Amino acid sequence: MTASSEFVPGPKIKEPRVRSGRLRPGAEQWSWRFMRISGPILVILILTHLFINLVTGDGVSQIDFAFVAGKLAKPLWQWWDFAMLTLALLHGGNGMRLLINDYARRPWLKKLLHGALGVAVIGIIVLGSLVIWTFDPCPTGADPSLIPSFCEAVS
Amino acid sequence: MTATAESPAADAVATMRVEIQILRMNPEGTHEREPGEEYWESFVVEALPTDRVLDALHKIKWDQDGSLAFRRSCAHGVCGSDAMRINARNRLACKTLLKDLNPARPIKIEPIKGLPVEKDLIVDMEPFFASYREIMPFLMTTGNAPERERLQSPEERHRFDDTTKCIMCAACTTSCPVFWTDGQYFGPQAIVGAHRFIFDSRDEGQWDRLEILNDKAGVWKCRTAFNCTEACPRGIEVTKAISEVKRALTTGEI
Repeated sequence: MTASSEFVPGPKIKEPRVRSGRLRPGAEQWSWRFMRISGPILVILILTHLFINLVTGDGVSQIDFAFVAGKLAKPLWQWWDFAMLTLALLHGGNGMRLLINDYARRPWLKKLLHGALGVAVIGIIVLGSLVIWTFDPCPTGADPSLIPSFCEAVS
Repeated sequence: MTATAESPAADAVATMRVEIQILRMNPEGTHEREPGEEYWESFVVEALPTDRVLDALHKIKWDQDGSLAFRRSCAHGVCGSDAMRINARNRLACKTLLKDLNPARPIKIEPIKGLPVEKDLIVDMEPFFASYREIMPFLMTTGNAPERERLQSPEERHRFDDTTKCIMCAACTTSCPVFWTDGQYFGPQAIVGAHRFIFDSRDEGQWDRLEILNDKAGVWKCRTAFNCTEACPRGIEVTKAISEVKRALTTGEI
């Protein structure tokens, strides 16, 4: 047996490096977790949403301004729709982000697409939240036959 | 029919004519092709149903066109040199029988996808090996080396048994749609190679490797398409191994 000498790496074995030069450790892991958690929640939220809107009551023919306004006047459905809006956009937006990472090879294109995606996601969340939280179910001067029945008590 | 026709053996097997279509590329060009141009070329060979695709390729190279280039070494499914895309699936040419491929129709053979083609069916494997090197595929320990073997129980050995079967043929990595689009991804094989050490009770470098695979180009790029598991000629459950690495990363337990 020869005495063990100091380990000399072969010509092709080099020190391991962090391949992407990432700045946020664990970010991809949290993105993955978020997708796994938000997915099942979205399935429940959306299927219940569709069931309440399309199956219960008069079915699809019940959907008019009064129906939507009546729903958006209740805190439960406000929160329900808000959760659906944000989770769907973040889940879908994150999926799009991964697609951009896969397919956009040129750095400037990647940045541009990521930027456009971020603007779209945040813009839609802000606009949707505005509708959900500032919606007036009883606009003044509207035809009483078109607005929810509880509006008479308010006016 | 054949030279031995006057004393036909009772167990003689009928040969058949098989058309083989190969996606070829010559980096230097030929008198009728531009350098680097890809084109399909058809060959017809006389073969037994129990012949392998590799035998058909040999017949072409030895008897018809010596310029055909492909890799093979052991020719028995161990060295992992002859992975190629046969009828749109990654397989080892030496483990695929012609009769399993519907020889009535032309058999299409292409180089494995996602790696630069050097000539005909030969690709540059360097990016693939570079990924493997990056997960540090060697035993990492601390302290003095023991005088005798490093012992482990059969259960501990069984934990990573599946991923020890890898022959590094690149069939899994080059079947992965994420690898096709994104050259940054380590690819399934590197994760299989890491799995073999991460779950080895004798190794102490688990978290170094897990940290490498936790990177942007690591296991989180896997979309569980299962192409790798289907492609593996050794039957390794590749997607399961990748998921075990993901679980180790999310739970922090090995």
